[in-house]
Amino acid sequence: MSFLPYALAGWLFFVGLYGIVTSRHLVHLVICLGVTQSSTYVLLLAIGYRTGKKAPIFTSGVPVKVGAVDPVVQALTLTDIVVGVTVAALLLALVIEIWKRAGTVDPDELRRNRT
Amino acid sequence: MIPLQLVAITLVGLGGLAVVTTRDPLRQVLVLGLYGLALAVLFVVFQAPDVAISELVVSSVAAPFIFLAALAKLRGRRRE
Amino acid sequence: MSRTARLALFAGSGLVLAALLVWGLTGLPAFGDFQGEYGWILNDVAGSERHVTNVVSAIVFDYRGFDTLGEEFILFAAVMAVALLLREARDERERPRDEVRSEAVRAVGLSLVGPTVVLGLFVIAHGYLTPGGGFQGGIPTAAGLLLVYAAGRYRAYRAASPQWLLDAAEGVGVATIVAVGIAALLAGGLFLENVLDLGTKGTLASSGTIPILNIATGLAVTAAVVLLCHEFIEEVMYPE
Repeated sequence: MSFLPYALAGWLFFVGLYGIVTSRHLVHLVICLGVTQSSTYVLLLAIGYRTGKKAPIFTSGVPVKVGAVDPVVQALTLTDIVVGVTVAALLLALVIEIWKRAGTVDPDELRRNRT
Repeated sequence: MIPLQLVAITLVGLGGLAVVTTRDPLRQVLVLGLYGLALAVLFVVFQAPDVAISELVVSSVAAPFIFLAALAKLRGRRRE
Repeated sequence: MSRTARLALFAGSGLVLAALLVWGLTGLPAFGDFQGEYGWILNDVAGSERHVTNVVSAIVFDYRGFDTLGEEFILFAAVMAVALLLREARDERERPRDEVRSEAVRAVGLSLVGPTVVLGLFVIAHGYLTPGGGFQGGIPTAAGLLLVYAAGRYRAYRAASPQWLLDAAEGVGVATIVAVGIAALLAGGLFLENVLDLGTKGTLASSGTIPILNIATGLAVTAAVVLLCHEFIEEVMYPE
């Protein structure tokens, strides 16, 4: 049972990868890439968790003696999420350019029509 | 592991599968919004409120906006 | 490659990857039993060393500030690449009259512009006291501006966000982080070391250079998101 969060990360990674491989629309592909990215967030946070501890925010009233989960993995993950959506926007700009030049956004059709 | 974490993990697993198997990109954007919500709940249950805020604003606000704008562009006149 | 070749490659390499993942993930410590020392030490000393109450923000902007600088550069490069791809020399034609006609959408949407921007600025400003920060709060601030387009008029949105201001804001946001780092070097410390006075823990005036980096990051993220959506909106508005 304690293996379940890691299994979730692996499951999300493979589900996203399956979506990318069998995609028929480039925007669908970019969204599946987002699902694959989210598997790394789940893995990072699952590694840093400690049972029974609280979040690493120590405003007045929260005793430090309770202890907290690991803050370093949270710092890595939160910048990652925002930058991930920016890179997805860059991929969408590429998709728009492909559509302007080739008229289609189906990966298989693009391969058939290439000159 | 508390039961809330089990529920959150199950919802995220099912949500990921739902996002991938929705083939129409317009519907997939809506399912992505719900998947982001489930993911934010999972992050809160893992005691990470900063990451949950980040995931919530990104997948409810920024991601649907850019995906819907790109899809609106792709629905225009086809160029050859 | 063709579709069947792609699927065959995925099936084959997927099996190998799955085996490696199972072998690797079962070697991790059990869930809830984190072993690393760096996190525990930071939890204990960050409050007294930097006078912050949100340890994650202290790590993002101080202990791991160099990684944040790299992430800012990724943000900047992605925005620049989108502008390179999609921005054309659109001459100053008549801007299209595109507006939302539904009264309900306009009433609710436009009345939420102010509260959304204030909420975003609040989340940015209190980043090192409570959960929040530049990355999290920059996006609601940008959303408040985009709400003018989504629930109102396109012309009002263009009037509220001139392009030179967005470009300048993005550049200033990222350059401030580098400038603070170099200023720390000139003040005799390391690059991006916290060299300012640390203030009172729990108030807004605390933690040295962390508020400055926080606000610079919020500015950069806000400008980046508005610029990205701006390019896409322009593509939709001028379809040629």
